[in-house]
Amino acid sequence: MLRKAGARLMQGNEACAEGAIAAGLRFFAGYPITPSTEIAEGLALLLPKVGGRFIQMEDEIASISAIIGASLAGAKSMTATSGPGFSLKQEGIGFAAYTEVPCVIVNVQRVGPSTGVPTAPAQGDVMQARWGTHGDHPIVVLCPSSVAETFTLIIEAFNISERWRIPVIFLMDEVVAHMREKVVVPDVNGIPVVERPRPQVSPDDYLPYAAGEDLVPAMADFGTGYRYHVTGLTHDQTGFPTTKRPEVDALARRLDGKMKKAAPHVTFVDELFADDAEVVVFAYGITGRAAAKAVRDARAQGLKAGLVKAKTLWPFPDEHVRRLAQRVRAIVVPEMNMGQMVREVERAAAGMAKVVGLSRVDADPITPDEILARLREV
Amino acid sequence: MAMPITHYLRTSKMPHIWCAGCGHGMVLGAVLRAIDSLGLDKDQVCVVSGIGCASRAPGYLDFNTLHTTHGRALAFATGIRMVKPGMKVIVLTGDGDAAAIGGNHLIHAARRNIGIATVCFNNSIYGMTSGQYSPMTPTGSYASTAPYGHIEEPFDLCELVYAAGASYVARGTAYHALLLSKLIAKAIATDGFSFVEAITQCPTYYGRRNRMRTAVDMLKWQKEHGVPVASAARMSPEEMVGKFRIGELGTRTRPEYTRRYAAIIEVAEKGEAERDA
Repeated sequence: MLRKAGARLMQGNEACAEGAIAAGLRFFAGYPITPSTEIAEGLALLLPKVGGRFIQMEDEIASISAIIGASLAGAKSMTATSGPGFSLKQEGIGFAAYTEVPCVIVNVQRVGPSTGVPTAPAQGDVMQARWGTHGDHPIVVLCPSSVAETFTLIIEAFNISERWRIPVIFLMDEVVAHMREKVVVPDVNGIPVVERPRPQVSPDDYLPYAAGEDLVPAMADFGTGYRYHVTGLTHDQTGFPTTKRPEVDALARRLDGKMKKAAPHVTFVDELFADDAEVVVFAYGITGRAAAKAVRDARAQGLKAGLVKAKTLWPFPDEHVRRLAQRVRAIVVPEMNMGQMVREVERAAAGMAKVVGLSRVDADPITPDEILARLREV
Repeated sequence: MAMPITHYLRTSKMPHIWCAGCGHGMVLGAVLRAIDSLGLDKDQVCVVSGIGCASRAPGYLDFNTLHTTHGRALAFATGIRMVKPGMKVIVLTGDGDAAAIGGNHLIHAARRNIGIATVCFNNSIYGMTSGQYSPMTPTGSYASTAPYGHIEEPFDLCELVYAAGASYVARGTAYHALLLSKLIAKAIATDGFSFVEAITQCPTYYGRRNRMRTAVDMLKWQKEHGVPVASAARMSPEEMVGKFRIGELGTRTRPEYTRRYAAIIEVAEKGEAERDA
């Protein structure tokens, strides 16, 4: 079972693997890729100890496919990858989103595009995590900024995926994945674990894609007497293909509505000195750690700075940023990309506050001093 | 049959999408007769497919059914089989789905010897997209993307899958329907990866371009070119030119993958119990 409760020194990827098991992960399929490989290695060792199953598949596409199959058979499932592998998994992610199969996809971001710098951090996959697969689709993207947060947030990833039947992208970066920090592992009983909604009706009355008020249909495990059909084709409430316009429309709108219902429950933001701040940093992932230091340094120098650290990138914390923009002078958005989330911040701020990006794309993380300098400029 | 074929069909989802003269219904009938002959519990059968004409079959079947992405049926099926090793997992696929975009999964499922029975509906063409050449299109024949005649050699899929490590490999045709059903039954009963290539006809997109305008022409071709393995063993290579063997082409006993993994779980759980003690 899970390592004993208490404080431990852990690597980010290790915390991801252990947190996943604590959340109920029982099937992992993956393919070796830097800088995510330690997650697969950890789970190859740990999963059979809890009666779970690990498999190294022949490629990235096989891995995402296998976890969807495993989830349909009733197991909480996950895969882990990095940039090129994340690109390859996109079709499968769309399948999971459309067929509403819970699963968690870890993407440890490295410099891209293409092979890039496999051993160095980046935050260039933020938009891909939201829109990488074709077509409108619900998706939740969580992003940890420390090893301890990796442990707790991966549990949230599973809980969200199961509760809402939405694939969750767990967007790490190479620094968070490879650094070692203290994690206080909670007692097993203290970890809230959520299960997917399962049918309360008899197989004869089961409609696999009919949803109640929360717009989440009940999901039966394969092999439990509910013989139903799952297809990536547009489907009706019975799960069978349809091209009837009202049914095509109804599915698209229900999935969108489900995402909107889920949004308030899955959008997590941390704040530091944000209440009275005049200038604020909006950051995520490892950049959020540098930003926290920058904000503390700024305060020490008499600058009323604050931090908003997004743990959920998608759905984007629109409302949070909108309220912030009403009361601050400027928002600085440091990112290890050429400016991806800064556009979302601009959109949500809607001209109420000045929004300034800060890009670093040389394969090294953004330093507190760089953020502090930008804070002093705005 | 013990049960009427409709026992296994979702008749409310018919009519099916296949063209007049298509052989897929004949192959599907063989699959259902095989399942019936084994007396399987419908709740414990999972049928998985990819994309293409053949891959639409599971929608008409009253089992746990999964219609996945193009080429990936075996990878999805691997996840199901790993979690539910007690279920009978059957993959229905086509020649494009299995041998082109899904070729990697095919050889690796065979190499692992995971307990999945695969039936490949080989009609030598991409039918769903209206007649492009596949890895199984014969050299010299015509397709919408081979307007000057096809210059590639097809795979011998059975040889490929057996070389990769499958426990059971066989070939049948839509014409030899009873034989096909028996081969599929043995494949499903195999403790390991099994593969049946079912030669079937696509008069609409293959036959009409290749001087076999009707289903009857194509079924006659199957009858005349499929040679039972016992007869083939007595024929010279010259006599076999242009013909293909039907029947059981390879059987071997190897440990099944999920069984091997169960042994890992046993060792790991025991180690954990001892650590906690």
